[in-house]
Amino acid sequence: MSRRFINRGDKPTKTGFGEGLLASGIRHPEVIALGADITASVGVNLFAERFPNQFVSLGIAEQNCVGVAAGLALEGKIPVFSTYGVFAALRTTDQIRVSVCYNNLHVVIGGAHAGLSVGPDGATHQALEDLAIMRVLPNMTVLSPCDATQTKIATQQAIHHTEGPVYIRFGRAAMPDFTSENQSFEVGKAQLLHAGDDVTIIATGHLVWEALQAAYTLKEEQIHARVINLHTIKPIDKEIIVKAARETGAVITAEEHQVTGGLGSAVAEVLACEYPVPMKFVGMPDRFGESGDPKELMKKYQLTDLAIVQAVQTLLTTKSYP
Amino acid sequence: MIQPKVNDPLLLQEISAEIRRSVITTLSQAGSGHLGASLGLADLFTCLYFSVLAHDPADPLWPGRDRLILSIGHAAPVLYTTLARVGYFPEQELATLRKLGSRLQGHPGREHGLPGLELSAGSLGQGLSVSVGRALAAKMDDQSWRVFCILGDGELQEGSVWEAAMAAAHLKLDNLIAIVDRNGVQIDGKTEDVMALEPLKEKWRAFGWEVVECDGNNHQDILTSIHLVQQVPHKPGVILAYTKMGKGVGSIEGDYRWHGKAPSKQEASRFLRELDKEVS
Ligand SMILES: [Mg+2]
Repeated sequence: MSRRFINRGDKPTKTGFGEGLLASGIRHPEVIALGADITASVGVNLFAERFPNQFVSLGIAEQNCVGVAAGLALEGKIPVFSTYGVFAALRTTDQIRVSVCYNNLHVVIGGAHAGLSVGPDGATHQALEDLAIMRVLPNMTVLSPCDATQTKIATQQAIHHTEGPVYIRFGRAAMPDFTSENQSFEVGKAQLLHAGDDVTIIATGHLVWEALQAAYTLKEEQIHARVINLHTIKPIDKEIIVKAARETGAVITAEEHQVTGGLGSAVAEVLACEYPVPMKFVGMPDRFGESGDPKELMKKYQLTDLAIVQAVQTLLTTKSYP
Repeated sequence: MIQPKVNDPLLLQEISAEIRRSVITTLSQAGSGHLGASLGLADLFTCLYFSVLAHDPADPLWPGRDRLILSIGHAAPVLYTTLARVGYFPEQELATLRKLGSRLQGHPGREHGLPGLELSAGSLGQGLSVSVGRALAAKMDDQSWRVFCILGDGELQEGSVWEAAMAAAHLKLDNLIAIVDRNGVQIDGKTEDVMALEPLKEKWRAFGWEVVECDGNNHQDILTSIHLVQQVPHKPGVILAYTKMGKGVGSIEGDYRWHGKAPSKQEASRFLRELDKEVS
């Protein structure tokens, strides 16, 4: 549990999605991928080339894509629709709400290029609100895996082992790939990645790696941080969150997303009712991003291990010890 | 048993009149709901469920059935009364429309378990996309069943309808038949004043559809159009069905103020008398 995770080499999580989708199509003719023009850029091209009869190009018409996905799902297909998260989740919210969620259909929606780390494209293309909007919809499952390896596994789980609508979020920038290919991954069950009893860092997506680095730094200061990878935002793993709050007495959340409505809010909703403890939120402070190199942006908006370390230090001054 | 097809024009007339009566009574009991479109669509629904669709009320999920998608969820009353009349559920249940705990939601909701419902819908502009998905699935699986999608004319102002129209033609879905309730009105008034749709036939043609126009309150014309519109391979078909909102009740025919209203008890009995006069 206290072993250090090693980066096997940077890899974009979208690659994990593409590989997971490809693997899901093998011997599963019911898996149908829908393309909204940017198939190569979101990792769907591998699948499209391998299974041309299971790929449908629908052009730059995301609202229609979601409706078509609903229609396919009604007939027993497993449609997978992927485009940039800003379009996949926000352009189509009403279609997802009514045609997919109200009908409770097994449609898998891939939100690509999520978060600030999409970089130079700027604010229009940086999905920082998708988790909030997707998790508020009844029947929806929301996944936010932490690296390429986990995204591949999560994609297969989303397609073949989850019921109802699923939103899975992933990024474009190459980021550390560190989780095991043989990891146990279960939708709705968060992963304890690092043991510690002084404070808990609950992170999701790219920020999980940063949280681990923060924990390693804090250890040198004799602060033992517990790190939890909340790869499923919904349904949320209440048990692990409440246990962590009870045992560590302070919780930090870290996400590449607005602090309003995302992971931090989801965790706070649980703790407010079950076991309130001092909290701090690392995330976007209710504002739009901008163009820049992914690493520069993460630094500017304090979505780094250093920002997490500082948040922990501040939080621990307010923590009341029982 | 697959629903036998009614060809007798007099019997179709009679069924449409029953559906209209049932719509008026049901909405008056509910106290709210959309009367206009449901009355206007009674003839189309009669033709579809009693003469066109392959379906089996005793086996609502029969895989070989034709699918009918009601994109305009607000026309739920005509769908419910028709489904009850053709035998999907007891007609007494119509009295629960819009009431707490009912399977008959104000706009169709499948999670409440009403047999015969193909889609939960109500937010305009979504049904044609879902219909495209279902028709595509039939093509992928070499199935011969068809998808019928009922759209409102005001609904055509939603851009997503045209995304779906483009996709249906691109995918050559000749197993998809859209029927537009061209009653010329919407909540704020005439469609051409609120947001002009014309030239509508040309728009659909330009999008790659086979277009047929018909009198949507004339059974023979409806049946002929449905037959004609399916004659062109590799092209989806659309029927512009010119209907009268409130059809059958002379005093409110064509009156857009009856789009979203339910009749009071007194109005309902007056409308039923007008209806009887029309039929006799
Ligand atoms: Mg109209």
